[in-house]
Formats: sequence, C-alpha cells, structure tokens
Amino acid sequence: MIRFLKDRMSALLELNSLVKRFQSFTAVNGISLEVPAGEVLGFLGPNGAGKSTTMKMAAGFLTPDSGSAHICGVDVAEKPELARQNLGYLPEGAPAYGEMSVSAFLKFCAKMRDLSGAGARDAIARAVERTELGGVLEQPIETMSKGFKRRVGLAQAILHEPKVLILDEPTDGLDPNQKHHVRQLIRDMSADRAIVISTHILEEVDAVCSRAVIIDRGTVVADGTAADLRKLGPGKGKTSSLEEAFRHVTVPVTTEEKPHV
Amino acid sequence: MSRIMAIFQRELSGYFNTPIAYVFLIIFVMLGGLFTFYIGNLYERGVADLVPYFTYLPWLFLILVPAISMRLWSEERRSGTIELLMTMPISVWQAVIGKWLAGVAFVAVALACTIPLWLTVNYLGSPDNGVIAVSYLGALALASVFLAIGSCMSALTSNQVIAFVLAVSAGFVFVTSGTPIVLDGVRTVLPEAIASGIASLSVLTHYDGLTRGLIDVPAVVWVISMTAFWLFATTVAVELKKAG
Repeated sequence: MIRFLKDRMSALLELNSLVKRFQSFTAVNGISLEVPAGEVLGFLGPNGAGKSTTMKMAAGFLTPDSGSAHICGVDVAEKPELARQNLGYLPEGAPAYGEMSVSAFLKFCAKMRDLSGAGARDAIARAVERTELGGVLEQPIETMSKGFKRRVGLAQAILHEPKVLILDEPTDGLDPNQKHHVRQLIRDMSADRAIVISTHILEEVDAVCSRAVIIDRGTVVADGTAADLRKLGPGKGKTSSLEEAFRHVTVPVTTEEKPHV
Repeated sequence: MSRIMAIFQRELSGYFNTPIAYVFLIIFVMLGGLFTFYIGNLYERGVADLVPYFTYLPWLFLILVPAISMRLWSEERRSGTIELLMTMPISVWQAVIGKWLAGVAFVAVALACTIPLWLTVNYLGSPDNGVIAVSYLGALALASVFLAIGSCMSALTSNQVIAFVLAVSAGFVFVTSGTPIVLDGVRTVLPEAIASGIASLSVLTHYDGLTRGLIDVPAVVWVISMTAFWLFATTVAVELKKAG
C-alpha cells in the first residue's frame, strides 16, 4: 500500500483508461500510463493509431469519453487551469500566431503563465537560449521555416519550466543538427520532469527515450525500454531491430493476442 | 484577470499588425460621412446634431462589425492555435471575454475616428453634446452586442467568410425584428404577446431611445442580457467545436 502510494506520488503524469470516440470510430480505447519524474517516454505507433488524440486528452484539450488524466496529481478535466500550470505542451504541427514576432509571442505566453517583469525576461531569455532562437526574435513567425516554427513551439512549451512536458513530434521538420540539438535539450530537461514525446523516427527511442510505448488502433501494444521492444520482433525472443519489432506488433499477422512486455 | 488582459492585448495588437485595421477604419469613417452628409442630409436639415449619423449607424455596424468579429475564433481554429490557447492555464470564458473586449476596444477606436463629425456640428451650431455623448455610448453598446453575436458565429466555423455571413444574417434578424414589415407578418400568425416579445429583442427598439439621449432601463437590460447570452453561447460553441 505504501509502495503503491509512493508510485502514485512519483508519477507526474498519469493516464487512466482513456477512451475517445469520434462518432462510431474509437480513436483511443483504454490507454493507461504512468510517467514518473526523470523519464522520457516515447510514443510510437502508425498514423491514426491514437497518439495525438491521447496527448490531446493528457493536455486537457480533448475531453475523454471515459477515463482520466492527472498532471502532478491534479485531474486535468476537473481542475484544468491548475493542472495546466504544470504542463508544457507542443501541439501537433507546432501552431503559433503567425503575425506575431517570436519575442511578442513569447511575451504573450509568459503573461499567460503569470510571469511578468524580470521573471518573464529571464524565462524568455532561457527558453530562447535553449532553443537557439536568439537570431530571429523580431521576425514574424509566419515567415519562418518549419524548423524554426517547431523551435518557437518548443520555446513556449518550456518557458515556465513545467514539471510535465508533452511534445507531439518535437523533431518533425528539423534538420539533423537541429534534431540532435532538440534531443540534447530533452535529455537535459528530463532530470526532474516527466516528458512524453511522440515520434515516427524510431532512432529517437534510442537517442532520448528511457522508455517507449507502441500504440496501435487506440491501445498500448508494447511498453518497455528500447531493449525490451527489440525482443518483440519476429525472431521469438531474439533481438531484432526496432523497426522490425514495430512492424511486428502493429501489423496483425495472426489472430493471437499481441505481445505485451 | 491578467490572462484576460494578455488575450485582450494580443488580439487588439493583432488587428493593427495587419492592414485590415487601417482599411476598416478608413472605410468606417468614409461610409459614416457619406451617410451623414448625403443620405442623412446633414446640411439640408438645418439642425446641428448627429441624428443622421446615428440613425444609419446600426446598418453600418451590421456589415462592418462582423468583419471585426469574424476572425476571433475562426482563425484560432483554422491555424490550430486554439490547441495552444486552450492548453494554457485559462478557462474558455476568460478567453471569450478577452477576445470580445479587444473587438469592443477596436470599435471604440473606430468611433473615436468619427469625432471630427462631432466637432463639425459644434462648429456649425450648438448641438446638445450630452445627447451626442449618450449616442456614442449607445453606439458602442450596440457594437458590443453585434460583437458578441459575431464571436459566437466565429466560434462555430473555422472559415472566416462563413463566420462573416452568419454574423451578418444573425445581426440582420435582430435589426429588422423591430420593423413593421416583420412585426406585421408575425402578428398575422402569432399572438400580440409574442410579437411584442420579438420587438423587444430588436436592436432598433432600444437604439432609437439612445440616439435621443435617453438611457432607459429596458435598453440597458437589453444590452447586458444580449451580450451575456451571446458570450455564453460563444463559450459553449468553443467547448463543443474546439476539436473539430
């Protein structure tokens, strides 16, 4: 019991049997996860598997049909404003107000996070340095390349030093140098935070994730470290590549139950 | 409160970040002048007041205010920034109020640009400036109602053009519902009580008093309840449609 409580306390992000249906289509069908501090959880899965929908529910943007999400112990649906104070969220596609300059946008985000004066200046300076946006501060966001836009999205997500970071494809559209840099950033920030990233790039799991889950048709079909996932390949316990393992657990080759770690 | 202000400032500076604001202000002032001097016959009337201007203002607002309100929520949905906004520590109603206030402030700027008209009638004669001041207040209140309707229509669609058309149509219903054309039609099929109920919802019923310098309780109640209702409807619409 004490152990159970301790586990609950240490899980900064907690998803309990989340279900989301769109008309007759069930996008997410009972996903439960716990992400403690210090963990970088990779969210893998084919397109349409329910990754983004799950992240939207975790961030409180979508209301689940059933189940709940907790950020730092606070129910996202019941106390959204309180829960979101500890959340940094990069939505899919890194949307931002295009007509604003980077600095005006980050100042707006700081105000929304109750940061003002020196506190806001420091937070913005830190986020700008970490995402290397120093050279484009006065540029309107809509005129920037995809990679820069993504970094602006990252900057607003980490601005207020949140305990929980949910990043939907943080490295999409970045060149290899920028990818390397963002992965480094995620690793640096992971020490006392719970971080969830979704990705299509399997090498990212080795590069930054301490744990990964594979989602297929709205359910978790694999959960473990990169080494655990490799054992799920077609070689029956033998270590295969992540890609083989991914294909094996997400493409239904038999009617057997899908393997869980 | 600081978050409502943050939204308000962002939205208001958003208007001035694009040419739309300046185009709007120029057209608004020009059309206002046109109504006053040519259609309203300010000179020929020989009376130093702004009744010609304020008489036509609801019709000008009917077309131009939806142009201000159309982007409030549609643009957030189209560009996906609504997902950013609605995962920040702010409630939907705070965002709705902040955006609506930005629209009200923008209309206030537009009305302030017509102050030369006010100065003109003071130059030409000695108008009752109290009446004109109340008329300006009434105009802003009317715009606030139109903006609340428009923000609701904007929350219903991610397409600004559709938001505009919906807002003009809804506004048109509320402007014309007090006219004999509509009311006489209603009276032929429905009881008088319903007809007067419809008339009491109309813009013109309450606005006419204001242009005569009269702030009466029904007008104040109408402005507050219409604004509150449509802002509430906006909140519901944003909640329901944000993910679509």
